[in-house]
Amino acid sequence: MLSVKEQAGANVLFRAARVVDPVEGIDATLDVLVENGTIAALGEGLDAGDLRIVDAAGLVLAPAFVDPHVHLRTPGREDEETIASGTAAAAAGGYCAILAMPNTDPVVDSAATLGSLVEAARRDAQVAVGFLAAITRGQAGEELTEMGRLADAGAVGFTDDGRPVVSAGLLRRALQYASTTGRPLALHCEEPSLSRGGHVHEGAVAAELGFAAYPSIGESVMVERDVALASYEDEPVHLMHLSAAESVAALRRAREAGVRASGEVTPHHLVLTDEAVRTLDPNVKMNPPLRAERDRVALLDALRDGTIEAVATDHAPHARQEKDVPFEAAPFGVTGLETAFAVLYTELVEPGLLPLGTLLERMSAGPARIFGLERPRVAAGARADLVLLDLAGRTHVSEDGFRSLSANSWLLGRTLHGRVAMTLAAGAVAFDGTTVPA
Amino acid sequence: MSIHLVRDDLRPPGPPARRHLLSIADLTRDDVERLLGTAHVFEGSLTRNVKKLPTLKGYLVVNLFYESSTRTSSSFELAAKRLSADTLTIKSAGSSVDKGESLKDTAVTIGAYDPDVIVMRHPQIGAPQLVARVTAAHVVNAGDGKHQHPTQALLDLYTLQQELGRLEGLHVAIVGDVLHSRVARSLVQAFDLVGIHCTLVGPPALLPRDLRAEATSDIRAIADADVVYVLRMQNERMEAGANYVPSLREYTERWGITPERLRPGQKVMHPGPMNRGVEIDPRVADSADSLVEAQVRSGLVVRMAVLYDVLTGGPIGVRNLAAAEVA
Repeated sequence: MLSVKEQAGANVLFRAARVVDPVEGIDATLDVLVENGTIAALGEGLDAGDLRIVDAAGLVLAPAFVDPHVHLRTPGREDEETIASGTAAAAAGGYCAILAMPNTDPVVDSAATLGSLVEAARRDAQVAVGFLAAITRGQAGEELTEMGRLADAGAVGFTDDGRPVVSAGLLRRALQYASTTGRPLALHCEEPSLSRGGHVHEGAVAAELGFAAYPSIGESVMVERDVALASYEDEPVHLMHLSAAESVAALRRAREAGVRASGEVTPHHLVLTDEAVRTLDPNVKMNPPLRAERDRVALLDALRDGTIEAVATDHAPHARQEKDVPFEAAPFGVTGLETAFAVLYTELVEPGLLPLGTLLERMSAGPARIFGLERPRVAAGARADLVLLDLAGRTHVSEDGFRSLSANSWLLGRTLHGRVAMTLAAGAVAFDGTTVPA
Repeated sequence: MSIHLVRDDLRPPGPPARRHLLSIADLTRDDVERLLGTAHVFEGSLTRNVKKLPTLKGYLVVNLFYESSTRTSSSFELAAKRLSADTLTIKSAGSSVDKGESLKDTAVTIGAYDPDVIVMRHPQIGAPQLVARVTAAHVVNAGDGKHQHPTQALLDLYTLQQELGRLEGLHVAIVGDVLHSRVARSLVQAFDLVGIHCTLVGPPALLPRDLRAEATSDIRAIADADVVYVLRMQNERMEAGANYVPSLREYTERWGITPERLRPGQKVMHPGPMNRGVEIDPRVADSADSLVEAQVRSGLVVRMAVLYDVLTGGPIGVRNLAAAEVA
């Protein structure tokens, strides 16, 4: 289902890496030998022959990351991101696979459009790309897309991301029909009569600054509805970019009741609250909005205990001129592919709020499981989808350092702890920062 | 763990801080007292036959208005002229804004004339902050979206000080559409700074959730107030179908300020423009207890004080300087 350009398989020996694969139950110092893009052996004192040796002493070698939520802006806004630039950014962020959202221009709602993207990815993608197709034609929320044909053309799942499926009846039909394709629905949970185009979480900050407010319940009542439908139809649903404590509680209840519901959370919702909006910086404007501290804590708890299985960047590139406007006029969305690991390592792992192994699992195996993708793993015989992490290194976030064509990051100017040193995706070296001084 | 407010990290070290007036939240009580004191000095000058002061001669004040305005734009323009500044007024209608020019480009274009002050009104929150970032001018916010209208709050404080003789310990009830009111947001902060007790009164959906102020939907709460501050029902901000209130008629019946709802001697203020017969009964608007005209007069001297303050950097010798110039 995923597409990537043909590249020569890597041949490299990682010498004395701290190998961490939480699913395989490994946390040990080992040599890892990659031959022709496949992990040939794990062990001690492996013979490199004449292969390239990467001295990985003090570095972490882990399954590379999988991002279930990326906007590649192609087709339509290739000035903001392309398949080539977006996958280069992903590789620099440690990802071996990303899932692209269909809210492009045109919307990915036909097998023809999807087919052209798959072809382009086979030509340009440095990491594996899966495409989600729309649930409804034009994402207009009225008629179902031809999900069978779209699945045959390679759709990994279906979503109207950017918009909710407002009609409960239509979502029910989508759940019923998608079941014949075996591909999950990924849902943007927003009740428009409650969010009303609000820019900022309804709370003290919006009240004081005067922003049109989008309350937590604008998300959570839709989560409640969607898990109720999923329960009734006994079909899986994936709930995207959750932001509110009430949504987390609804997801947790549903899972405990046996509903096949999964969730994802973004780095910004795990780290920031609506207090950040006081800066009026358009790079902290996103949908759903940053919420209150109690929401942030609930999201972190859910990520830790597995109620939320995946970290998703919701990487949403925007052109400079579109963000260089007053907050209210700016579009929603921030980039995230190149900073996700480092910011979460800095803000959550280093302070002891989240174990490293849990973060690695939620950034790789978790999202792969939700979408039925092959799980990146550090095991002999597996394809080399690996990330080499320098936890003592530093990531300096600056406009000219991005591989993404856009620079609308909320972390501009920050120096983060932890650095991606190397990424192997689909067996090939997709990013090599081992020669860059930390 | 720490929550990072992005701005400090984001902004490269810039030139020395310029003095702006963007939000009441940026002011201290000392700042407010200084501004009101300066306004009082200027008020003295306006009783003379020749009302023009040479204080800001040679300075350029640009009024950049992206929303319609009568009293604010006229009083800023007159304030600048009374202080002998050159003025240039740009309204969005009929300007390059009509042709789709971005706020940033318009600001940079105006900035090329080296204005000393840009007074701006804009429908979007944060617009003056953007202009402050991309020009070298001192920026005075004359209203940005539903966010702030700091000179309105200052002129209201000045009016209260003049008419009631004090600020500390007063009780003001703000009645009406608080949700969409930049005036109310600035007032709540300004009242807090000077020790005025404030009660917000209005229909539940028009009281912002979690605003740090006492709030009630019971109109009887105005009984205890020294002053009833009436907000305009902002029809142009009411999205269709929002159903904040079922009808204006019912709003008037339940929250309109009528003589029957007021005590004798209870003062009434309104930022204008008034919808007579909607939020305020015409008998109240025209009564002796209405301070509406005093507010407009205060607007001129307070805006003179604000222009003077941002340009001269404050109080040093203000009384002497102004007195000498008056003489």
